[in-house]
Amino acid sequence: MRIEIRDLNFTYPTGVEALRGISLTIESGEQVAIVGQNGAGKTTLVKHLNGLLQPTSGTVHVGDWNTKEHSVAKMARRVGYVFQNPDEQLFSKNVGTEVAFGPRNLGMSAEQAERQIKDALTMAELSDKTETNPYDLSPTWRKMVALASVIAMDTNIVIFDEPTTGQDAASSARIANVIKVLRERGKTVITITHDIDFCAENFERVIAMSQGQILLDGKANDVLGQDEILATTYVDPPQLTRLGKKLGFKQTVRNEEEFLGELKK
Amino acid sequence: MAIIELKNVSYKYPLTDSPALKNINLQVNEGEFVALIGPNGAGKSTLCYTIAGFVPHFFKGEISGTVEVAGSESSKSNLHEWVLNVGLAFQNPFNQISGAKYTVFEELAFGLENIGVPRDEMIQRVNDAMKLTGISDLADRSPYSLSGGQQQRVALTSILVMQPKVLVLDEPTSQMDPIGTREVFGVIRAMAERGMTVLMAEHKVEWIANFADRVVALHDGEILLEGTPQDVLTSDLLVEKAFGISRYTSVARKAKELGLWKGNRLPVTLEEAMDGFAR
Repeated sequence: MRIEIRDLNFTYPTGVEALRGISLTIESGEQVAIVGQNGAGKTTLVKHLNGLLQPTSGTVHVGDWNTKEHSVAKMARRVGYVFQNPDEQLFSKNVGTEVAFGPRNLGMSAEQAERQIKDALTMAELSDKTETNPYDLSPTWRKMVALASVIAMDTNIVIFDEPTTGQDAASSARIANVIKVLRERGKTVITITHDIDFCAENFERVIAMSQGQILLDGKANDVLGQDEILATTYVDPPQLTRLGKKLGFKQTVRNEEEFLGELKK
Repeated sequence: MAIIELKNVSYKYPLTDSPALKNINLQVNEGEFVALIGPNGAGKSTLCYTIAGFVPHFFKGEISGTVEVAGSESSKSNLHEWVLNVGLAFQNPFNQISGAKYTVFEELAFGLENIGVPRDEMIQRVNDAMKLTGISDLADRSPYSLSGGQQQRVALTSILVMQPKVLVLDEPTSQMDPIGTREVFGVIRAMAERGMTVLMAEHKVEWIANFADRVVALHDGEILLEGTPQDVLTSDLLVEKAFGISRYTSVARKAKELGLWKGNRLPVTLEEAMDGFAR
């Protein structure tokens, strides 16, 4: 299911011009990371994909649906969105009902809903916490609950807004694994992140935004190697990319495997 | 001289069975910048709350041992006196914004209003603090209309403006862009140079390695390791206990096994990594 954004402009009621002339195509099954400085418009952009925000001008299509013509509730069948702050999203009395809410409301058959719920709980490593109130869990695990409740809806497109914020190494690895599984299932994954090392290790395409516009868009190595342009949007290249550059590597590297490969040359 | 001193501190949150902190002994000197690392659930936030007086005064629960900051003992003080010495920036900036103010400027003045700072001084201090953290252009925006990273800068500034002796920061850059993170670490380092004592819970090891004086590694409510960033962040124990480590340390460890690392000690910063690989 292709996402097609054409000449998108968005101005908040306060007058802040958050998006200025965004045109972007994301093909079905792509894994895209969006990086860029605070206030660049990253969250504003992804909120257009499920109709939470409507363009001031321009169009957003998700498959054959123009987001202007469909309710947020309907868009939710195609686009799942995991908020930056899980507390904005969780409301049920326990993890099990929280994760079940989405699939049950999409009108799946009971069997399919059960399957989806179980699958999402397993993927998020929450199977032993279904009876717990989400607010009795640490922020780390609340994030996993938010994530599982969206995964359970089995949408073609999944958006993660800052999934690794405040997460430790084990939890970041857990999230990376969820993204890997979604990739294998052919889902489109769009992730906003400031965690540039996480971005480098898990995404093939990177979009850098600055002041409501797209600054760079391309293969991860091509984008992440452009330190001077990235600096204008307050992004440092990944640690190993910087190190490779300092050591005079001819190729841009972004993970340990690539780094060690170049080092052996 | 030690400005923070914890002796045999153990703590249990209300209605829980297992302690969040176990027998913590910690001294922090005036003007020192100490980073707290550890997996989620290790007790980093709880230790921050303890030094900031929220444990036990706000969260209640059972505490034992003594917590001293700037010569006063927590158990013998009130939270409203304690906050004059110790400022805490919460992990989630949203929890910190008062909700009572329409602009960032007013939000930053809120604490000063409450301790009766004269108007002229208040305006001056708010302006200076905004300049320091690079948020002067946000002065007239609503605190709620900001992005996560911008809110986090506001939350930090609202503490700095109070000029506490001790600054306790719970993952203050978690929602910030990468260069913004580095800048804020620089600001915090500068505050330490001016004599403010800083205790910061943080996962971003690269910047801890560059800016902190000392690292305390917490695991399961206990202090596992303590020492210079170099010593602590290259310890094999961190890998064993699933701590996050810098990519420089991790790749050098692998390169070492392949005979491709020439440095003496494993690196924690870009400079150390360059040095060891370039030999």
